[in-house]
Amino acid sequence: MIQLENVTKTYPKASRPSLDDVSVGIEKGEFVFFIGPSGSGKSTIIKLLLHEVAPTRGKVVVNTKDVTTLRSWKVPHFRRSIGCVFQDFRLLPNRTAYENVAFALEVIGKTKAVARRVVPEVLELVGLGGKEHRYPHELSGGEQQRVAVARAFVNRPLILLADEPTGNLDPDTSIEIMRLLDRINRTGTTVVMVTHDSNIVNQMRRRVIEIESGRIVRDQARGVYG
Amino acid sequence: MRFKYVLNEVLVGLWRNVTMTIAMVITMSVSLFMLGASVLLYMQVDQMKNYYYGEIEVSIFLRTDVTEAQRSAIDQAISSNPLVSDKTYETRAEAFTRFQQLWADSPDFVKSVGPDSLPESFRVKLKDPEKYKSFADQIAGMPGIQDVIDQRTLLDKVFNIFNGFQVGSLGVAAFMAVAALLLVGNTIQVAAYSKRREVAVMKLVGASNWFIQAPFVLEAVVAGVIGSVIGFVVLFVGKVVLLDHKLQALTTILTPVHNGNVWLMLPLLAGVGAVVSAVTAWVTLRFYLKV
Repeated sequence: MIQLENVTKTYPKASRPSLDDVSVGIEKGEFVFFIGPSGSGKSTIIKLLLHEVAPTRGKVVVNTKDVTTLRSWKVPHFRRSIGCVFQDFRLLPNRTAYENVAFALEVIGKTKAVARRVVPEVLELVGLGGKEHRYPHELSGGEQQRVAVARAFVNRPLILLADEPTGNLDPDTSIEIMRLLDRINRTGTTVVMVTHDSNIVNQMRRRVIEIESGRIVRDQARGVYG
Repeated sequence: MRFKYVLNEVLVGLWRNVTMTIAMVITMSVSLFMLGASVLLYMQVDQMKNYYYGEIEVSIFLRTDVTEAQRSAIDQAISSNPLVSDKTYETRAEAFTRFQQLWADSPDFVKSVGPDSLPESFRVKLKDPEKYKSFADQIAGMPGIQDVIDQRTLLDKVFNIFNGFQVGSLGVAAFMAVAALLLVGNTIQVAAYSKRREVAVMKLVGASNWFIQAPFVLEAVVAGVIGSVIGFVVLFVGKVVLLDHKLQALTTILTPVHNGNVWLMLPLLAGVGAVVSAVTAWVTLRFYLKV
């Protein structure tokens, strides 16, 4: 599902590469944690997978597509197969929970009728049934993140990328979000999560890939934060 | 649904930044007005050239002491010249009568000119008015000729003035266009900035580039078209007020400016306004909305 082959990424003006000759493969349906200290290069992986940045060297294959050679006009369509969740939620403040999720559908050309059918379903799935018409500022952090997860998942992507999704949440809420991601994973969606939340990693007992200074130092099938 | 979405985005966008929108529309309309005026003037000069060059004559004025033999030699030379299409002869008396008619409004001036002070002349029409020079060269040296005058050189002076106006208004149009383009660019930047959250989400979920850019580009196009319509209205009103009323006297020289030509400026200005704004907006977005 995801292949990084000898990927090196050096940002312009950076003294050392953010990722240094990294090779890793992730199968369909896996749940993978990328862990490591700040600046270790783990967020760069998310950016590479989204084609927000291009690798300096090496090959990135997502969903059998070579992202490295992807034409820029094909990027939008490519991104529809990937859902994305961030630490800062990235919701539109002037739209309700329902509208935020529906917006994601409408801008990729789905009709309002489709949105009416799918959005309540996915909001129910993330546990926001009954709160569809609240605005983000009327929701707690955990609830806002649920909206973001609903938005990422509404299009039934093959891959869900989560960049520190629990970074702004308290431990109990974090665990609820993790349960949600786990449930999404069980539907067959590959989940890649970047985090430095040791509690969560230890509880989930999933594959852990540890990165330090741009290199993989550990890749463990049922790992802990360590 | 899509159409309504885009239309709504465009109207909201224009309204959110309404002072900038007005500035954009005004500069656009001034620039396009000047462009329209310039094109109209160009068409007018072209039309006038066609009209006047057909009417144009070369006058060959004879000396007062011309002899009978010289006159008939000149007459012969003109008639046998292959460049000539038509020829008339005007005696002193005829010239004087015509002069009296022409200046009938100023009897004092007419009185001061005696019936003998005007020269007799041949009025010659050339098959091709452009060939004036070679005709004049062939004929000017003959004895008994005082002067060979081509009306064309007089007309060209008039046309040069019109051309000057035309180039001038084109220059102003270009100058204003620079201001208009910068304003369009700036407006689009501000619009893109105020919608940066939406744009970020759209990119994230994989909205196509045209879907992200269309509302911005259309915003510029709408402003451009409004500007062009205002510019056209000013042009039309200007034509009616100035040429048809205030400066009607001029229209004896000017061939009439057809309303049809003026109407032709509407699609031209709208087209130029729309295309230029769209391209500017699109180029601006290339820099500010990188995928």
